[in-house]
Amino acid sequence: MLNPSILEKLQQISGKDHVLTDKADLICYSYDATQRQFLPDVVVHPADADEISRIMQLANAEKIPVFPRGAGTGFTGGSVPVAGGIVLGLSRLDRILEIDEENLVATIEPGVVTEDFQKTVEKVGLFYPPDPASLKVSTMGGNVAECAGGPRCVKYGVTKDYIIGLEIVTPTGDIIKTGGPTMKGVVGYDLTKLICGSEGTLAIMTKIVVKLLPKPEAKKTMLVMFSSIDGAAQAVSAIIRGKIIPTTLEFLDARTLECVRNATDLDVPEAAQAVLLIEVDGDREFLDGQTRKISAIVQPLGVVETRIAETPEESEALWQVRRSISASLRQVNPDKYNEDICVPRSRVPDMIRKIEAIADKYNIPIVNYGHAGDGNIHVNIMVDNAVPGEQEKAEKAIVEVFEGTLELGGTMSGEHGVGIMKAPFLNMELQDNVIDYMKTIKKALDPNNILNPGKIFPSDVRAH
Amino acid sequence: MAKLKKLADYRDEIEQCVKCGGCRAYCPAFGAEKHEGRVARGKIALADSLLKGDVELEEKFLLDMSQCLLCGSCYSQCPNKVHTEDIVAATRREIAERKGLSTFGKGVGTILKHQGVMNLLAKGGGAFSKLLFKKVPEQSGLRLRFPAPFITKDRTLPPLTAKPFRERHPERIPGEAGKPTVLFFTGCGINYMYPDSGEALLKALKFIGVNIIIPKAQACCGLPAVSAGAADTVESLAADNLKVFQQYQYDYIVTACASCHSGLTQIYPGMGDEFDPYKDKVRDIFVFLVEQGFAEKLSELPKAENPIRVTYHDPCHLRNHGITKEPRAILKALPQVDFAEMEAAGTCCGLGGTYSVYHYDTSKKIGAKKAGFIAASGAALVATDCPGCIMQLQDSLNHAGEKQQVVHILDLVAEALP
Ligand SMILES: Cc1cc2nc3c(=O)[nH]c(=O)nc-3n(C[C@H](O)[C@H](O)[C@H](O)COP(=O)(O)OP(=O)(O)OC[C@H]3O[C@@H](n4cnc5c(N)ncnc54)[C@H](O)[C@@H]3O)c2cc1C
Ligand code: SF4
Ligand code: SF4
Repeated sequence: MLNPSILEKLQQISGKDHVLTDKADLICYSYDATQRQFLPDVVVHPADADEISRIMQLANAEKIPVFPRGAGTGFTGGSVPVAGGIVLGLSRLDRILEIDEENLVATIEPGVVTEDFQKTVEKVGLFYPPDPASLKVSTMGGNVAECAGGPRCVKYGVTKDYIIGLEIVTPTGDIIKTGGPTMKGVVGYDLTKLICGSEGTLAIMTKIVVKLLPKPEAKKTMLVMFSSIDGAAQAVSAIIRGKIIPTTLEFLDARTLECVRNATDLDVPEAAQAVLLIEVDGDREFLDGQTRKISAIVQPLGVVETRIAETPEESEALWQVRRSISASLRQVNPDKYNEDICVPRSRVPDMIRKIEAIADKYNIPIVNYGHAGDGNIHVNIMVDNAVPGEQEKAEKAIVEVFEGTLELGGTMSGEHGVGIMKAPFLNMELQDNVIDYMKTIKKALDPNNILNPGKIFPSDVRAH
Repeated sequence: MAKLKKLADYRDEIEQCVKCGGCRAYCPAFGAEKHEGRVARGKIALADSLLKGDVELEEKFLLDMSQCLLCGSCYSQCPNKVHTEDIVAATRREIAERKGLSTFGKGVGTILKHQGVMNLLAKGGGAFSKLLFKKVPEQSGLRLRFPAPFITKDRTLPPLTAKPFRERHPERIPGEAGKPTVLFFTGCGINYMYPDSGEALLKALKFIGVNIIIPKAQACCGLPAVSAGAADTVESLAADNLKVFQQYQYDYIVTACASCHSGLTQIYPGMGDEFDPYKDKVRDIFVFLVEQGFAEKLSELPKAENPIRVTYHDPCHLRNHGITKEPRAILKALPQVDFAEMEAAGTCCGLGGTYSVYHYDTSKKIGAKKAGFIAASGAALVATDCPGCIMQLQDSLNHAGEKQQVVHILDLVAEALP
């Protein structure tokens, strides 16, 4: 419980209606998609940067931790209040402030939902490419804080590639601007990029300046089934070597296909041991040529079947194979540990083989799918936590998956960030002096360690 | 007697929620008020906490649980197919059990006993005459849907009919020999407010020559009582209807109300195996008509020269059960209809059982969105398959100053038939 005088001050800043302390309210802001739950002491929904600045000043004076929160769809616990304190809900900052069609730049507030932003710019023929699977609900603030990625990132890059400026409230309560609406800018450190992916530990974003592209005229989807994962992986390299960069290059491994076969009536032949879902975009007249060229390139690599969508409905049917994964996995086992490792593109088959060996060693199902185009593999370790010993097995398997990833020159997380879930493993990937460098930045900017403590760096923050 | 499940029976269902937050994109209550307590994920977390004893039945808890339309929009898009609408309904029953009915439904108890309600109803505008309302049985869902707070000057309500539908017809209307027999489960909406849609249904059934039974003793399906957390009422209504189902010989039970369809196919079968022999007999009227080749028959009718543009609203309780094609198939086959799909046809109208009674403001917000989509479709008429939706959609359109009229698809069918 916070001292009543602090609550009163919060109410003075944001208004009574926007300061929540009832137990039922606290429960509703205690979790994210990790399903980890920590109760905050209070939930505040500020209206603007000015209120946030005053809240941060108060929090520093009283040494109360503050946890910024978007939609709470994070996969690493970035928004959960591990040390109680204040959950700072940013849903009221949800305006699209400007779309500058001349300069292809938009300025928005962080609470804007990703898909709403995309649809709005598409209405005027513009395009914001990053497309995390959670885009119907995730916020742009959360996307920038985690540097979210998605299937389209093979061709278009990740969130940070589109963020050129920010307005932020610093951990100590100053309101500053970084970058701006220009396509270039090298005056001083690139603070914008530092904040991107900082998981809400260095600043609270209150405005985001986004670079846009012209919207591609059309897209075309194809599904290619391979007799082996090697064929599929070679296909990825061959396509890119052939000077075609598809928008999307998603893969499903054999175990994933087995789940899809068992759980749905989608037609996936037994002979298919790996699938690539490929999408190309651009001017309509070029797309047929591109899909033909891709078909020709991949043909010698053990193709079982190729399906090319001619209509949006057919395209949707092909995507259905990818979209059905999440639900079909639950038929394997009720609990899932979901990692999003990333290896150099060409090492995907090596990584899959390593994972298969780990799965055999511990005798637990591990299914893999993801963004083959950028080597980003969603590793799903499926267990039943109710069975004694399964959870421990899963935890050991995770460590081995990380070890294997690092051996291949990869990283533990391509998209989801570190948060609380990967913090214990941070020193597997980063050397001590790197961690120190990062901590020095954090300490300089947030001397009282009140902005999203307990995240990224393993720490001794008291858990409620 | 068949019993509704308790909240504790939903433990496994609650565990199925992985907190992905996907429901935030589909929940109409959350769309109207962006508070996590409004959305399925939050309600599941609250129900979980209640079961674990981590939260009391405090004011905010009750508010969040009341802010749910039981529309199942969350369920229909949930990757893990979690039935939040059932969890919320069970939580409401738990609340009613612990604190009494009136705590939650604010006056549900009084309405069931109908003390003083009549006077209020009479005051609330001409549509509801005291005398006519007396004809509505005490346990009818209409009483839950139209308690005192519901009747306000700015709400458009259909008038109650002077002669309820079931009083107008004999129990049995024979058809052609060899044709199937259908039991028409009218529901309260058609019986008391929209009898013309019932007449239209009879015309369509007679057109294809089936034998019809309209049992006089049938009761309210109980869905509004589910919404109000009134377990005893639901159970006694289900028992009454079970008797009716057992009493006659027939091949199908048809409904022309999405809520009734949901009550008969989802709520009753979950209450016990007594309903097993009947649940597969239940058909939404348009599913039945399509099965009987009615769309082809309509297509043979001469086309109108100036067809009228009509769009379709999917009632949640049909959409959730995958019934989306059949109503459209009939609409498209109608000779006088130029069908136009609207954006977001499958989003909730905002009525939600007793929701709009106690949350008229948010209900209106949800309705206003829908009215916008309807207007944008360029249609002159919105057709749907549920009296509750008809009432709510018309109210929303009137508030928005839009000119479209809302009809039951059956009304258009009757108009087209010779
Ligand atoms: C079903 C599902 C699919 C997903 N698919 C993908 C995917 O394909 N790719 C991907 O990259 N991720 C994916 N994610 C993960 C998640 O959606 C992303 O990390 C997303 O960016 C989180 O956004 P959010 O608004 O929910 O943020 P939250 O979860 O609320 O917060 C995430 C982090 O951002 C911080 N934060 C939020 N707003 C601000 C702000 N204004 N200023 C400073 N910090 C802030 C929080 O403190 C926290 O550290 C998926 C998640 C789910 C549940
Ligand atoms: S109810 Fe379904 S969609 Fe909503 S958070 Fe839970 S699992 Fe996700
Ligand atoms: S049933 Fe409808 S109102 Fe209730 S939580 Fe689900 S989507 Fe929201």
